[in-house]
Amino acid sequence: MDFLQQFGFLVYYLSQGLGVTLGVTAIALTTGLFFGTILGLMRVYGGPVLSRFAALYSLVIRGIPVIVVLFILFFVIAAFVNLSPFLAGALSLGIASSAYQSEIIRGAIMSVPPGQMMAARAIGMSRLKAILYVILPQAFRLAIPPWSNEAAIVLKDSSLVYVLGVPEILRRAQYVSARTHEPFIAYAAAALLYFALTFLTNRVLDAAERRFRLLM
Amino acid sequence: MSKLPIVRIENLHKKYGDTEVLKGISLEVQEQEVVVIIGPSGTGKSTMLRCINLLTIPDEGRIWLEDQEITAPHTDVNKIRQRIGMVFQDFNLFNHLTALGNVTIGLTKVLGMNKKEAHEKGMWELERVGLADKADLYPAQLSGGQKQRVAIARALGMDPHVMLFDEPTSALDPELIGEVLTVMQKLAREGMTMLVVTHEMGFAREVSDRIIFMEHGVIVEQGPPDQLFYAPKHNRTREFLWKITELYGKDRDNAAPASG
Ligand SMILES: Nc1ncnc2c1ncn2[C@@H]1O[C@H](COP(=O)(O)OP(=O)(O)O)[C@@H](O)[C@H]1O
Ligand SMILES: [Mg+2]
Repeated sequence: MDFLQQFGFLVYYLSQGLGVTLGVTAIALTTGLFFGTILGLMRVYGGPVLSRFAALYSLVIRGIPVIVVLFILFFVIAAFVNLSPFLAGALSLGIASSAYQSEIIRGAIMSVPPGQMMAARAIGMSRLKAILYVILPQAFRLAIPPWSNEAAIVLKDSSLVYVLGVPEILRRAQYVSARTHEPFIAYAAAALLYFALTFLTNRVLDAAERRFRLLM
Repeated sequence: MSKLPIVRIENLHKKYGDTEVLKGISLEVQEQEVVVIIGPSGTGKSTMLRCINLLTIPDEGRIWLEDQEITAPHTDVNKIRQRIGMVFQDFNLFNHLTALGNVTIGLTKVLGMNKKEAHEKGMWELERVGLADKADLYPAQLSGGQKQRVAIARALGMDPHVMLFDEPTSALDPELIGEVLTVMQKLAREGMTMLVVTHEMGFAREVSDRIIFMEHGVIVEQGPPDQLFYAPKHNRTREFLWKITELYGKDRDNAAPASG
């Protein structure tokens, strides 16, 4: 009972970092989706120069451990603007994620049948309108399953911002561990929280996938 | 002054790599005319249709739509395409939109109509193809014949001056072909100018004013249906019509093939 109570308090204490974890994840995913979509569009429609640039960007970022990207961007960002570690960390994670998301969006765009673009052009849409109103709405729906996967990865990677001193779940677990000298319990509680979050995220996105599934 | 043709093609050439697909096509289509184009596959029929709305850019030759040369430099292709409706073999309905949404998206996003106007016009176009009751269904919930009729409604929504049909019934199960042909026949009667690539010889004979036989990138022969069916000038035309009637015409086409 005593142990359970202690564990309960611990989870409660860590969960105060929940907001930070969710905030970092949400900002990183949104940033990543924004740039990932632009990069994905560049890959497919950008012509030789832009598409090569986007491919190179993706190749380089995906070839570097996220934590290294995080450190580099954190110090690059810090050199130019005065951002809190929270924002700088979240944006850095987002930029790392944008490379992975660009691959997801590119794949999704390419699985929209080519006849869709042709039909859109045939009724007089410009290429931009066809992309905005016909291609992307379908591509986003097709992207939901791989995107859920990426969301779970970013959620877990959000723990990396603890190295910047952002008080999210893992950072708090570290405090507790240092104070109580019971690392197993502290980290087990953190693991439990992460698992619950990932599990919930996947469930929500599964539901979204069913709701928006594109029948062809 | 004689009446301006709706479409005029002059010496159209198109190459893909080293293969010359169109080798100098010239053609005029008058207002309210229904022209059926036949010919073996790989002959350049689709390429020719796609050149007319500039989905494919010709290498050589000129095309006029009414009084405008559309192959001239700096023409606005998006404006030109609004005047040309196109119907594809595999429908190409927008998968993420309902039947009504497929018709209205061009009205709102291209013509700039407001939602209410677009809704009314969209319903009216669906009515025209007999599908008002299917307005809220998605393409995946429609039969092939219904999909093609929605595709026709989508094209009609833009109030085109001419309609291009590229084998509109070739992807359909035989029992669904009739409903699409009926809609096309109705359009023809309403006076729509139409260019139709098809193997449906019954439709060609009953509805068209002129049949064009194309082979290897050239027009081999053209004329009124009776002439092509019963008195073709070229042996190739006769052979092709014979073959096509054998292949496609058994059930739906009870007239004698071009046997001389
Ligand atoms: N986009 C393209 N790229 C390369 N070759 C093409 C393309 N479109 C058509 N072709 C070729 O051009 C020829 C004529 O095609 P098409 O116009 O579709 O003929 P049809 O409609 O009469 O069957 C075919 O050999 C086809 O393979
Ligand atoms: Mg064809």
